[in-house]
Amino acid sequence: MALVNNMVLSKFLGLCPFFGVSKKLSSAFSMGVAVLLVMVVASAVTWPLFHLLLVPYGFEFMRTVIFILVIASLVQIIEMTIKRTNLTLYNALGIYLPLITTNCAVLGITFVNIDSQYSFIQSMAAALGAGAGFMLVLVIMSGIRERLDLADAPKVFKGAPIAFIVAGFLGLAFLGFGGMVG
Amino acid sequence: MRDLMKTLANGIVRANPTFILLLGLCPTLAVSTSVDNAFGMTGSVLFVLLAANVIVSLLRRWIPDRVRIPTFIVIIATLVTIVDLALKAYVPPLSKSLGMYVPLIVVNCIILGRAEAFASKNNVRHSVADAIGMSLGFGLAILLISLLRQLLGTGTLDVFDVRLFSIPGLTDSPAAIFLLPMGAFFVIGVLLALFRWLGVSECE
Repeated sequence: MALVNNMVLSKFLGLCPFFGVSKKLSSAFSMGVAVLLVMVVASAVTWPLFHLLLVPYGFEFMRTVIFILVIASLVQIIEMTIKRTNLTLYNALGIYLPLITTNCAVLGITFVNIDSQYSFIQSMAAALGAGAGFMLVLVIMSGIRERLDLADAPKVFKGAPIAFIVAGFLGLAFLGFGGMVG
Repeated sequence: MRDLMKTLANGIVRANPTFILLLGLCPTLAVSTSVDNAFGMTGSVLFVLLAANVIVSLLRRWIPDRVRIPTFIVIIATLVTIVDLALKAYVPPLSKSLGMYVPLIVVNCIILGRAEAFASKNNVRHSVADAIGMSLGFGLAILLISLLRQLLGTGTLDVFDVRLFSIPGLTDSPAAIFLLPMGAFFVIGVLLALFRWLGVSECE
């Protein structure tokens, strides 16, 4: 999950913060941890909600609304917690912390858990893997971008374009993980 | 009327959500493997964005400031659910092709972003213009990307099962990489650079 079906590089989820925060290594790391946390907790909450509440009452179609509300609340709680315990971290993450709510990867993993019909344990494992993968890619990307900013790219490519192309190569590289784990 | 058109044009060129604002990239890159998908996605986004902008604009004086983001999210989520179910019922193959990226429209930064930045502060007529403009901008962007990816990736151009044309040499051994995720990254990277070179992009 973390490597081959990487959230960002093969499922395209979580791109906004990917390109926004990944310029500095330290903030990328914190962001990654925050997203991992939200993914795992969100999966832990949404899975039972879906299977124990929505399905028996025939409300499966409500899942989009319910899941996103759960995620939004979780992010709000985490935001308040970080603000109280670690103000520097809070400032470092800035606007990208509440933006975890709109991170496709978080909502995405909750959907994947349901669509792939994972059990609770499998969902937790998937969330952990997905979160770890996201964090990995974010950290790698920020490390590369720190150097890219100093490199001599052609003017039109500087910034976003070269970042995308590099992401493409990164994705190619990750494809190589295909045969590794079963 | 003039400034309605200006708002509309804004969404297509100067503030193109995909190429300039860099919003809503997830679905753009994910589904742009075929032109049919691009049309489907644009249609869905148009519906949701239009309805969301209208509703938010109508209610803008009554939504308390502190809960406005969750309110927007609920409105958008409901609209997305409607679109998702409608697609599943009326065009199942398209629904299958777009997959989970339809429900993911709810976290599409374009929609939430416009609700927050525009519809909550402007009247209904302007919000409608903005919604149409942004959707068209998004649509053109995703169409362009899909066109390139489908053409280079399969060597042919099929729109709704009608073969428009095919490139002879490419059909036998297409550059399949473009259908893969990394192809999308390459395409958008090059396109972004191209637009900047043409002087269309403003500074990031």
